[in-house]
Amino acid sequence: MASKTIHAFYDDDDVLMLAVKRVKAAKHHIEEVYCPFPVHGLDKAMGLAPTRLAITSFIYGCVGLAVATIMMNYIMIEDWPQDIGGKPSFSYIENMPAFVPIMFELTVFFAAHLMVITFYLRSRLWPFKAAENPDLRTTDDHFLMEIDIHGDENELRDLLIDTGAVEINIVEKESH
Amino acid sequence: MYTFTNRLKIGSFILMAVGILGIAIGFISAPGTVEEAKAMVASNDVAHGEEGTESMSEGTPAMPEDGTTSMRAEEDHGALTEHDGNAAQAHGGEHDASHDEHLLHQLQNKPWAALYVAAFFFFMIALGVLAFYAIQRAAQAGWSPLLFRVMEGITAYLVPGGIIVFVILLLSVLHMNHLFVWMDADVVAHDEIIQNKSGYLDPTFFLIRAAVYLGGWIAYREYSRKLSLAQDDSDDNSKFKLNFRISAAFLVFYLISESMMSWDWIMSVDPHWFSTLFGWYVFASMMVSAVTVIAMVAIYLKSRGYLPDVNDSHIHDLAKFMFGFSIFWTYLWFSQFMLIWYSNIPEEVTYYVTRIADYRLPFFGMVALNFLFPVLLLMNSDYKRINWFVLMTGIVILAGHYMDIFNMVMPATVGDQWYIGIPEIGAILFFAGAFIFWVFKALTSAPLQPKRNPFIEESKHFHY
Repeated sequence: MASKTIHAFYDDDDVLMLAVKRVKAAKHHIEEVYCPFPVHGLDKAMGLAPTRLAITSFIYGCVGLAVATIMMNYIMIEDWPQDIGGKPSFSYIENMPAFVPIMFELTVFFAAHLMVITFYLRSRLWPFKAAENPDLRTTDDHFLMEIDIHGDENELRDLLIDTGAVEINIVEKESH
Repeated sequence: MYTFTNRLKIGSFILMAVGILGIAIGFISAPGTVEEAKAMVASNDVAHGEEGTESMSEGTPAMPEDGTTSMRAEEDHGALTEHDGNAAQAHGGEHDASHDEHLLHQLQNKPWAALYVAAFFFFMIALGVLAFYAIQRAAQAGWSPLLFRVMEGITAYLVPGGIIVFVILLLSVLHMNHLFVWMDADVVAHDEIIQNKSGYLDPTFFLIRAAVYLGGWIAYREYSRKLSLAQDDSDDNSKFKLNFRISAAFLVFYLISESMMSWDWIMSVDPHWFSTLFGWYVFASMMVSAVTVIAMVAIYLKSRGYLPDVNDSHIHDLAKFMFGFSIFWTYLWFSQFMLIWYSNIPEEVTYYVTRIADYRLPFFGMVALNFLFPVLLLMNSDYKRINWFVLMTGIVILAGHYMDIFNMVMPATVGDQWYIGIPEIGAILFFAGAFIFWVFKALTSAPLQPKRNPFIEESKHFHY
């Protein structure tokens, strides 16, 4: 069964934000909003669940810190103890200040890279993937709000025009 | 218009009265003679025997190193005490006598150092707020104009606080205390390193510099405040534009004068030692304390029903600055430590040897207060918007940065005779009372919300 979807275009992020709030207030379910750049506060306005990416980032940072500690302890203390700057020592903790920059860098490295990779996986993005956005202009200067039509089509269209949409298209969508 | 509530006013008077009492007790109980000093240390050893020996025994192996380096460290420590005791040696001769006299000087310095640390700490908050305010002006920030009157209120303390610090420095130059060992001609006569620096470390030049710094800061504060108030009744933006220009010029003056101030007023208590990032380090401490106090005063005023347009996003931004500057402070604290620890050059490393040997708890404790607490408490985005949470973190940060100034000044002035007792707490209470009184008195003198700042609408609608 095919269902109808409405695509409303906006050309300003502030107008878009107000439109999202009004559409939500009118009890319509917004499927997706496509933006050329991140719009602050859009996720809250759309009522999306808060991201858990920050939690994964914190965990990756802890992993990085642990990896750096274990690595430096193995390289510099256990496997081949080295006398650098007149500080021969067989103790990690006594040489710790020298390792702090490495511990810091690996914490940041792990947190940053693994968080980005997690973000790609979670967003189902990989190289050569076909683009999912319904209109090319959403990569340039337009915002697109996608709403499934359940009730009165004309009423929804009027509401969207009233919120400042610059173009409205209705497309047939194959149900999955 | 804000009215200074009687409860707060009386509270600040009580703080000042109790503080004066504590400061007076500190000065009265300071020893007058070598015998008194020895008796005091002896009785302290009985009373705090456990504490004392603990810190001593922990102190020696504290420096992370093997036999060779720790021996060097010991030597350094010895060398430092000798240098400090040079004056005494000149009169005395025998080591015991010089040590006793050194002890006397340390104990006599104690109430002065306690006064100086607290006076500088509260003065530094006002100065940091002034710099933060100038940055907002120079950047034409859109989020902060609602907080400008709060910042201007806090910088009002620059005048009394600056005068008090200047008077303490003046009394040091007049030999009322031995906070700055390079001001003692006897010490300089036997110390080639200080002799080489005597062109800069000259008492008269020192006071002239202090007057120039204070004059510049206070002049900018008063002028900018005047323009800010005049802008309210103006019918164009000319006052605002002029304020923007003088703020940018002030920042240039501030960055140079703040750095030199930190060498003069703090680093020179250890005249042999130097660190090239010291100005930044003091700046970091100053900034984080300043932003914390802005947040605390704003939250207090909001809780009393003022500042109706200041929303959670403003507090969120201030908390982000608290979080960021706390990490910045730690970065500088560690950078300064690591290079000196790594190179292990005697004249540099003494600085940390004395701190780790005699000041273990405050030295490492402040890293917990200034780094771990703010990072863990303010890491979560939502917590930065909870006012009481920001307030509690702010108290921890302020305590930590008081300890930071304490660790900068005390080791060179009172050595291992430190403790946080009546003179220190008295001085904190007195200056806290004076700060609260002056700041809130200044807040009553103008409407808390600027009327005609061109960015005021943006600030009202600020939302992250």
